[in-house]
Amino acid sequence: MTAMNDSFVVAKRNVRRMTRIPEVLVFGLIQPVMFVLLFTYVMGGAITVPGATTDPNAYKQYLIAGIFAQTVTFAVAGASAGISEDMTKGLVDRFRSLPMARGAVLTGRTLADSVQTALILVVLSIVSLLIGWRTHNDLWKVFCGFLLLLLLGYAFSWIGALIGLSVRSPEAATSAGLVWLFPLTFISNAFVPVATMPGWLQPIAYWNPFSATVQAVRQLFGNVPPGMVQTAWPMKHAIPVSIGWSVLIIVVFRTLAVRKYRLADG
Amino acid sequence: MSEAAISAEGLVRTFGDVRALDGVDLEVPEATVLGLLGPNGAGKTTAVRVLTTLLRPDSGRASVAGVDVLKHPDKVRSLIGLSGQYAAVDEYLTGQENLQMVGELYQMSAREAKARARELLKRFSLDDAAGRIAKTYSGGMRRRLDLAAALVVRPPVMFLDEPTTGLDPRNRMALWEVIEELVGEGTTLLLTTQYLEEADRLAHDIAVVDRGRVIARGTADQLKAQIGGERVEVVVTDSAALPLAVEALAPYAIGEPTVEPHTRRITVPVTGGARVLADVIRDLDARGILIHDIGLRRPTLDDVFLSLTGHVTEAEEGGDEDEGGPQSPDGETGAGRRAGRKKARV
Repeated sequence: MTAMNDSFVVAKRNVRRMTRIPEVLVFGLIQPVMFVLLFTYVMGGAITVPGATTDPNAYKQYLIAGIFAQTVTFAVAGASAGISEDMTKGLVDRFRSLPMARGAVLTGRTLADSVQTALILVVLSIVSLLIGWRTHNDLWKVFCGFLLLLLLGYAFSWIGALIGLSVRSPEAATSAGLVWLFPLTFISNAFVPVATMPGWLQPIAYWNPFSATVQAVRQLFGNVPPGMVQTAWPMKHAIPVSIGWSVLIIVVFRTLAVRKYRLADG
Repeated sequence: MSEAAISAEGLVRTFGDVRALDGVDLEVPEATVLGLLGPNGAGKTTAVRVLTTLLRPDSGRASVAGVDVLKHPDKVRSLIGLSGQYAAVDEYLTGQENLQMVGELYQMSAREAKARARELLKRFSLDDAAGRIAKTYSGGMRRRLDLAAALVVRPPVMFLDEPTTGLDPRNRMALWEVIEELVGEGTTLLLTTQYLEEADRLAHDIAVVDRGRVIARGTADQLKAQIGGERVEVVVTDSAALPLAVEALAPYAIGEPTVEPHTRRITVPVTGGARVLADVIRDLDARGILIHDIGLRRPTLDDVFLSLTGHVTEAEEGGDEDEGGPQSPDGETGAGRRAGRKKARV
């Protein structure tokens, strides 16, 4: 009860900060929008998706779930930079000297990040619709797709929280939050079909926690190319695997981050 | 004697090779102010962090308002207010939002927190700035907001870590007045400061800290008495008159006079205060000695501080090989003795 209340109070604080520094949100939007446009118009022509129709819009349909998923994982950077900044300012001493729930500073941050992620997804969906992306499924399934994306983003912001607590400066936190995201999101089914990768890389890509969510969202959006056959186990059970990975990440990283926060000497 | 609101025993905390706290004992009776006085890096902030549950000591015990700091940190947190060296406010929230957030984190209802925030902003003359984000506040305003945040639940025990460092004199005075009001209301206060004037004005008791140890403690007056009582200082107009003046002062002196020929200054320890000063003036005048300047000087905390920390520093720099030697475990009882010992070694 206390923990929930405290987390909401801190989340409110972080959302307020967001509205006071709108640049952060704006730049957070530019990057994924740029990726949508670059991938569709620059790379899109060169990438053929097996099983897709010859429709020039086919790659777009395939790509969008991947871009969405990549975008939500960037919550890592926001969380790590934000937490790290809080830790270097006197404010965290105030929080730590208050009779508030121990994890609330971190939970509040990750909840606020989810609000930001949701906002970015709304804008990104509009842009994607404008350039010709369409869902082909029931609305509630599409909605569930978005929920899976938010869950993944929430999980990744806990990774960000741990990074933010582990590095010494907000600047380092930003880059530490981002470097590993590129291999993680590229060695996956997000941008190209895994079948086109070398054989040794394919299992890695299939078992990548990120790929499961991309595949699950594609399914829920009705964006899986009609002729594409999935034989890898995580791809065949993408929705439960996606939920499983996200929950596992939350449990592990939340535990580690809260412990680190409690032990932090500041 | 009233129960101690803050007590600490043998606090030790090391950071790598640095012993930030090297066996600190403290005791602050209820509704009194203890001034923790020391230079930068003396361990003042570390002591505050331990007592406010922000840092665990390597060893030692501490309790606040009768609650064990190490065993029940959560309980302690609901009894204390902390205002640190760096204003702990969110600079992107308004003054009102900052205080309201703290209130809500103390489990107040939103309405209660809002009302309390308004009340505090008014008290600290921040009501005009209540709706502005703290980033736009001046240094003094931020400090006041920070202090207000520490007062949200009217805690019985407060910790103020260098509350006026970096403030201009006007803001410092204003903050002192607020602190005095708090103490008048019965709050127990532990205050750290580098300013002797501040400790002298606000604190009932003073503990002088250096290199993680309490090297002296007592009231301001006791500390001043410790390094000697009052002195008469005479500056004569003509240096030729110095021997004559020393002779004239001899009957009043209770110790050896100090003569500084180049400044034509004589200092003699005396007792009896202003009356002695009047007698000295009359006597010198009667002997036809021209006085350039004369005054009765009581030792300031500066003198205390320099005499204690100055010598300790010299002794330890010159004597690293001594460190293996026996160290008095009770650094505080022997404040004067310790200082004396160090002095003798120099």
